[in-house]
Amino acid sequence: MTRIFAQLRLGLVYGALSLAAFVSIFPFFWMLVGTTNTANDIIKGKVTFGSALFDNIANLFAQVDMLQVFWNSAFLAIVGTILTLAISSLAGYAFEMFPSKTRERVFAVLLLTLSIPFAAIMVPLFVMMAKLTLINTFTAILLPSIASVFIIFYFRQATKAFPHELRDAAKIDGLKEWQIFLYIYLPVMRSTYAAAIIIVFMANWNNYLWPLIVLQTNDNKTLTLVVSSLASSYYPDYGVVMVATVLATLPTIIVFFLLQRRFVEGLTGSVK
Amino acid sequence: MSFQTGRGMSHSFGGLTNIIRLTQDPVFLRALTNTGIFLVVQVPIMIVLALLFAAALNNPKLRFRGFFRTAIFLPCVTSLVAYSILFKSMFASDGVINDLAIALHLMDAPISWLGDPFWARTVIILAITWRWTGYNMIFYLAAMQNVDKSIYEAARIDGVPAWARFVYITLPMLKPVILFTTVISTIGTLQLFDEVNNITMGGPSDSTLTLSLYIYNLTFKFMPSLGYAATVSYVIVILVAVLSFLQFLVARDRKA
Repeated sequence: MTRIFAQLRLGLVYGALSLAAFVSIFPFFWMLVGTTNTANDIIKGKVTFGSALFDNIANLFAQVDMLQVFWNSAFLAIVGTILTLAISSLAGYAFEMFPSKTRERVFAVLLLTLSIPFAAIMVPLFVMMAKLTLINTFTAILLPSIASVFIIFYFRQATKAFPHELRDAAKIDGLKEWQIFLYIYLPVMRSTYAAAIIIVFMANWNNYLWPLIVLQTNDNKTLTLVVSSLASSYYPDYGVVMVATVLATLPTIIVFFLLQRRFVEGLTGSVK
Repeated sequence: MSFQTGRGMSHSFGGLTNIIRLTQDPVFLRALTNTGIFLVVQVPIMIVLALLFAAALNNPKLRFRGFFRTAIFLPCVTSLVAYSILFKSMFASDGVINDLAIALHLMDAPISWLGDPFWARTVIILAITWRWTGYNMIFYLAAMQNVDKSIYEAARIDGVPAWARFVYITLPMLKPVILFTTVISTIGTLQLFDEVNNITMGGPSDSTLTLSLYIYNLTFKFMPSLGYAATVSYVIVILVAVLSFLQFLVARDRKA
């Protein structure tokens, strides 16, 4: 009897997981099918591949300066990721390596800001950027995000697992602090960096609300903004929208699959 | 941070007028209720689902683990705007979801998903759950792999059934992570903006209007009233503070 129950339960688990996997993957399939169908077919729920792919691509490039838009998004995401990692990982390293009483107080204040939602600071932040005449510049997008408390916190937690003997040994060998960081800490913590890159790159690439407010001319718009505005017209051409969505989703998928193996490793905080 | 917000407030020097306006504003109340509904319904469903999937995937004997894990995590790589649009097109009134549901005899007539207040909310909740369950699951999975295997082994030898091992070993071990994800999800839901702006634009008749969307509308769509928008912002700050505090309290109580 128990064997039958065990079999049944296993079947149930597989069934539930398969259903979840199907539900998770279906919208991706839907997106790919959508790029090959006309707007009318998409709204009607056609789930087979059509022949409108090249029309959709041509229409998209006719409507939007895609190269410029793609470049804007890529620039913001890549520069944003590099700056965020540089600043936040240094801060996380320093918070863990140099103990002092004030450190804990500063850190507590930083953590407190984590719980303040963006919606609450966006109005004053906008007023600030307007006073600095930074509206409609990439600087206004990058500045508020590069010192990310979440990433600092994450690096500090990960640094706890970093063997301090390594740093002591390097010190005895005469390495300066920046050399220790660059030549020892960085390579040892590469799983942590990989996970952080995934998180930060995705957040930057997909950023919507803040760019929507700050970037106002068409030549500065990011891909996310373009996708949103294409889809929010009264009669959106969904075929075109689907091509744009694929373009908007591909980079994050590529980054994810390139770094995936290190991602769970980085989250669990393993050091190799 | 509070200094910055203070500057936003001082734009409209009117003492308590903004707070009085807040208590008499029916749209604000609706936004607050909607956000509350999303929070109370969506966060528990998602956390329970994520925990169950993580528990199932943590079984080393399970086949295709890598495939299931990647598949369930995959929604997290989409941009909020992109997946919102996918959901909007899938839930169109003669769209693919209606076709599928009718073909499977789940319902008789197509539902006007985005035209009805109740179903519009349901679509938003489904969409967020689709996007974030895998994200939370990865946190639980990572935490479960850190739990000492010998505890389970001992419990199994003592004849503790699988569900009891999950309730009495896994859940207590994961409590810090569960607390962390609950707080993060609560903050996320309180800030809900991208999805509602792209799927429903807050409609029909404000039934999916959230606090963030209302602040955005107040600031950049209608007559700009920065001072009042900042007042509404404070409501979110207070809500986040109170809810996070409550969640910490609940977590501490269980320990005792």
